[in-house]
Amino acid sequence: MSHLPNPAAALPKSVSRKGNTAQVPAGKTAPKIQISRLNLFYGEKQALYDIRLEIAANCITSVIGPSGCGKSTFLRVLNRMYETIRAVRLDGEILLDGENIFDLDVTSLRRRVGMVFQKPNPFPKSIFDNVAYGLRINGYKGSLGEAVEKSLQRAALWEEVKDQLRKSAYILSGGQQQRLCIARAIALEPEVILMDEPCSALDPASTARIEDLLFELKERYTIVIVTHNMQQAARVSDWTAFLSQGRLIEFGATEDIFTRPQKRETEDYITGKFG
Amino acid sequence: MNLRTLWRKLINAVMFGLSGGCTLLAVSVLLFILGYLVWQGGEAVNWAFFTELPRPVGETGGGMANAIVGSAKLLLLAALIGIPIGLLGGIYLAEFGGKTWSFLLRYATDLLNGAPSIVIGLLAYAVLVLPMRQFSTLAGGFALGVIMIPTALRTSEEFLQSVPRPLREAAMALGASRWKTIATVVVPAALPGILTGMLLGLARIAGETAPLLFTAFSNRFWSPGWSQPTASLPVMIYTYAIAPYEDWHRQAWAAGLVLLVLILIANVGTRFLLSRRTPWERL
Repeated sequence: MSHLPNPAAALPKSVSRKGNTAQVPAGKTAPKIQISRLNLFYGEKQALYDIRLEIAANCITSVIGPSGCGKSTFLRVLNRMYETIRAVRLDGEILLDGENIFDLDVTSLRRRVGMVFQKPNPFPKSIFDNVAYGLRINGYKGSLGEAVEKSLQRAALWEEVKDQLRKSAYILSGGQQQRLCIARAIALEPEVILMDEPCSALDPASTARIEDLLFELKERYTIVIVTHNMQQAARVSDWTAFLSQGRLIEFGATEDIFTRPQKRETEDYITGKFG
Repeated sequence: MNLRTLWRKLINAVMFGLSGGCTLLAVSVLLFILGYLVWQGGEAVNWAFFTELPRPVGETGGGMANAIVGSAKLLLLAALIGIPIGLLGGIYLAEFGGKTWSFLLRYATDLLNGAPSIVIGLLAYAVLVLPMRQFSTLAGGFALGVIMIPTALRTSEEFLQSVPRPLREAAMALGASRWKTIATVVVPAALPGILTGMLLGLARIAGETAPLLFTAFSNRFWSPGWSQPTASLPVMIYTYAIAPYEDWHRQAWAAGLVLLVLILIANVGTRFLLSRRTPWERL
């Protein structure tokens, strides 16, 4: 994350990063996120059961599974967005670079772990203000213009919007809006980007653009993507987790999951026998 | 054509006629009032009406400049009371209130909305006029402001609640705290709607007469400052309309016309502003 000028360097001290590269054994990358014994309850109903998972840095990890299996819930635990819903209870441990995310200040956690949602949700503001939003509310001291341009370039949107930065974000197409939301998330230089079915509201052409973008983004960020599109999971991700009814059924390299699944349930799902 | 079809068509025609007729009736009331006001008041509206003070009884001519300014001052005061309380209360109800507490507050504001305006005038009389031993702009503005609160509050709440949840989530996922999300995303997105609500509330109280009768009272001259009785358009209409002079009647019509036109302008103006920007609905 050091090969480009980092806008986060200009953020207040509380945002500063904690690298852990020193502890990495030679030839092996330490997991970016370690999840252990994660249980989650909506009121009386348990939604996640004893999830244990390690998410590798600078990889794309996809989470697949039938509707209602808890994959979105799982994603929303990683940046503690589940806390915005009342009556949710959780136990377990989640380490981000070795730090327990429940010990972190929630706003600084969310600066480090960005999120892109299912439907493009740009703010009713200009294109520029959308990308600058996160920087502004976090007291960014550097040049907003440069940071916005860089983020839009990384989200492969700059060429299309550079002449209309002051126009409303709503003039953009759905696919452009989703890339704008990606630009908005990466403007804060997060370490992890969570994506909740980011292409489900988009047409195939826009989906292809976003998938291409994911390959570029993973050099810089760790990406966790929830998708109900198995082809997409197979195309883009390095690791795949299969969830069913709140349980992690199988986790492994994407190639293995799709060609040599160990569990019968996984095989049934990816071959389309259920879900 | 069999009997059933005929019967169905007949019902259709009757219902269409009934609903159409009632709509026409509702619209024609407005048109009738407008037309009658223009016809009766039009000739009395002249430059002097906006610039001169009322003439003494017996002299014809003169104007209601003091009542126009008085109404403006009353509305300003009412806005200063109604808008902040309505907006902040609406934010509380929409964003923070729990179930029971919100229900009680909502119920209370609905009750306040249903309270006869003359009763709220009495409240202003008790808390401001009696202690100050004087009718005043302050007391009138206070009464109007209290009447405005429920409308301002409930429309603010409704428009805030109509801001889609994904917008709030987007802000929070970028590290915005709850109040920052509200201040930088939710309120700006709801602002056009909130603004309309406020202007409609103001339009409503601009025509209130009863609560002003014993708070702002009336005045045939200018009312400097805030602590003296003041003239206002609705009360002037009331006084002039029941007076036994032909010229006063014409001026009452004129005042009615001016009041209605001002309210219409505010109304149409906000609708226009709103139609130009309703952010997420244009998707």
